[in-house]
Amino acid sequence: MSGTAYATKFLDRIDVASLPGDQEARQSALAAFFSTGWPDRKHEAWHYTDLNARMRGFADEALATRMLRPELPSVDIPRLVFVNGVLDKTLSSDALNFLQTRGIPEQKTSSLPIVALNAAITLGGADLKVSAGQNAGTILLVSVGSGDGLAIAPRHRITLEKGSNLTVIEVIRGAGRYLHVPVTEINVGDGGTLRHFRLQEESRDSVHVATVLATIAESATYETFTLGVGASLARSEFHVTLGGGGADVQLNAAQLLTGTQHGDVTTIVAHEAPGCTSRQTVKSVIDGSARGVFQGRIEVARIAQKTDGYQMNQALLLSDSAEIDSKPELEIFADDVKCSHGATIGALDPEQIFYLRSRGVSEKDARAILIRAFLHEALEPITDYVARPIFEAAIQSWRWGASG
Amino acid sequence: MVAVTETLQTINQLAGTGYKFGFETDIEMDVAPKGLNEKIIRLISEKKREPDWLLEWRLKSYRAWLSMEEPAWARIVHPKIEYQELHYYAAPKGPAPKSLADVDPELLNMYDKLGIPLNERAALAGVAIDAVFDSVSVATTFRESLAKVGVIFCSMSEAVREHPELVRKFLGSVVPAGDNYYAALNSAVFSDGSFVFVPRGVRCPMELSTYFRINARNTGQFERTLIIAEEGASVSYLEGCTAPMRDENQLHAAVVELVALDEASIKYSTVQNWYPGDAQGNGGIYNFVTKRGACRGRKSKISWTQVETGSAITWKYPSCILQGEGAVGEFYSVAVTNHFQQADTGTKMIHLAPNTTSTILSKGISAGRSSNTYRGLVRVMPRAANARNFTQCDSLLIGNHCGAHTVPYIESRNQSSKVEHEATTSKISDDQLFYCRSRGLSEEDSVGLIVNGFCRDVLKELPMEFAVEAQKLLAVSLEGSVG
Repeated sequence: MSGTAYATKFLDRIDVASLPGDQEARQSALAAFFSTGWPDRKHEAWHYTDLNARMRGFADEALATRMLRPELPSVDIPRLVFVNGVLDKTLSSDALNFLQTRGIPEQKTSSLPIVALNAAITLGGADLKVSAGQNAGTILLVSVGSGDGLAIAPRHRITLEKGSNLTVIEVIRGAGRYLHVPVTEINVGDGGTLRHFRLQEESRDSVHVATVLATIAESATYETFTLGVGASLARSEFHVTLGGGGADVQLNAAQLLTGTQHGDVTTIVAHEAPGCTSRQTVKSVIDGSARGVFQGRIEVARIAQKTDGYQMNQALLLSDSAEIDSKPELEIFADDVKCSHGATIGALDPEQIFYLRSRGVSEKDARAILIRAFLHEALEPITDYVARPIFEAAIQSWRWGASG
Repeated sequence: MVAVTETLQTINQLAGTGYKFGFETDIEMDVAPKGLNEKIIRLISEKKREPDWLLEWRLKSYRAWLSMEEPAWARIVHPKIEYQELHYYAAPKGPAPKSLADVDPELLNMYDKLGIPLNERAALAGVAIDAVFDSVSVATTFRESLAKVGVIFCSMSEAVREHPELVRKFLGSVVPAGDNYYAALNSAVFSDGSFVFVPRGVRCPMELSTYFRINARNTGQFERTLIIAEEGASVSYLEGCTAPMRDENQLHAAVVELVALDEASIKYSTVQNWYPGDAQGNGGIYNFVTKRGACRGRKSKISWTQVETGSAITWKYPSCILQGEGAVGEFYSVAVTNHFQQADTGTKMIHLAPNTTSTILSKGISAGRSSNTYRGLVRVMPRAANARNFTQCDSLLIGNHCGAHTVPYIESRNQSSKVEHEATTSKISDDQLFYCRSRGLSEEDSVGLIVNGFCRDVLKELPMEFAVEAQKLLAVSLEGSVG
């Protein structure tokens, strides 16, 4: 069945005509989405992730909501909690001068099918705006999915004006068989700094396709880390544009996969101004019959002289039926640049395990220590004292290598 | 007046594209009518007095080709190729030459100009050559001394007549008729090429070589090369290519198949110097080539080395299928693009068996307004325990109107395998240039020197004669790219 057939069946239950906001824009976004439907391997951007095949099981899913009392990280910081894409006021902090929920966003057509789908069915999301020069501290953004057969499509916006600072910790979790397609639009103004940490612990039955569209202005910094452990299929797609001279991006991610999970990290870092730097480290730990995917592209426009781009992608295969597919790309049109990427794939080193075993560490612990060490490089840049323990805890509680 | 003439001459020389091999040779040609259909295929097959099974195979390939679409995934742009406007067969007129003495002296002159040691000079160079002119293999030197040790080195047409059992067994066994659009086209209309068979335990006593040349207008060249190394055999094969300068684009769609059995080794080196088009991007060869080697036996080895300086468009991915335990695949490549050239080239290493290893070393140099893409695949299948791959792709940009791209696909399904990939992009540093300039080298010579250094790891893999030629070619290709 083609990408549009399952998509039609799944979306039949959503009455787009009854949704609030600009109907015309919703319908044109829906048409844009249906020009491809669920992407599959025929689309080069989805070369290793067949969303259509995963969504087949969703086509006939009966709609049902579940009661889920979301368990929130026990940190006392301002928070916004979205349940099934709608703000839950009782769980959220009130009155923060820079926080507001977002109405239905003004529509922009997107060539990305999942972003178009989001535009067609979204009910809005968080709208965080920090005014010039302000340091807005740290906030927690929680998304909870709860139910079967749902399509959840929050659209968040984070805007940092000139010289402002913000740290956002996103925690995404849930229960049930649902589709979650969050889109986050980010604008970091001149000299601003946004730290954006994402922990994706979706329900193991869900499908999670997140898109981050970020534009970073002159001398601004965007620092982001995503840890993915949940969902049956998860994809985190980053489109980061360095639009002003001297902008700096650190885009790190790690995914821990087991069972039949499919995890995909896709990054497109576009250098469109001179003298920018970008650093990417993406680590995959793959166990069971899980499949990890990394697609990363550094694009350097003709004008972006003195670009310094670096990308590292490493995968650890823990079982005989685990698979990793990696496609690190460089696309370069300027001559005075320094760009490089590296990729390595391998297993845990038996000698290292032996070293630890001979010092009385159990096999299981030895593997855990080595996997933690493998992830260290991606975690290291997280200096935020609130975010760091959240990620450490998620890694600790991950089911360590069944094959060990 | 004299001074003016001299100036004009100098300007004419300087304004030239630097392509030395752009002459045309006026030889009476036997050309099939334009267009492609079953009748033309039957004609080609008949001209070559082929057995029925081969004609059937051609027709089957042709039907497969009809149902296929031109691939669109490569980073190349070109006007639509009118396949019905091409001649699919062109051969020097007259009966096939029986020995070197029968070969048209015009032709021998041409090979002279190209600097191929076709005649007695071959003995000095110690190279046996099969020269392919448009569609037909013209002469094969040193056949007798090779035959003494049991090595068969002849044109594909001869092989079909004299060793049909070998050809039938191996033809299409590595690149099947319907493998891809251009391979299917080649399988339908291939005209000639080289055939090499090295029997069990024989180390081929000399380097084998083919020289390809496209001469006739509006022709496509579709040669087919098949090299088989039996158990423990080894052979080194060189290939060089040139074409005349023309305004229109010409098509070259070759297929090369290599088969290495237990502990056999094949080294295949190419210096590709097809006419790249002029500085404005007019003309040049479209080079759509399928090259693949099967390491069928234990510890077999296939090594590809290529220096790609020519062609308006290069679409070429020499690959190794590592089927035998402990098999080794290697790919060493230098690809230079200047002016409006486009290259989308790389390799595939498919690891099927345990303990297989592969090495990829690719150096891309872009100048002018050209586009140079490395596209490669490393795939480790579940059975390939302890497989090992190392890949390094480096790009060098000269000037900021060109593009350098790296598109590797890395897939591993075996946890005991190790795959490493590294890629860098940089430019010639001002320091390096200044160092050379301050020692009295001209800017162009400096660039030539630095580029040769950049490519050294690949060039040193080439057989000696080729390495010298390749170094000169690099310098010629980059003329006019600096200053």
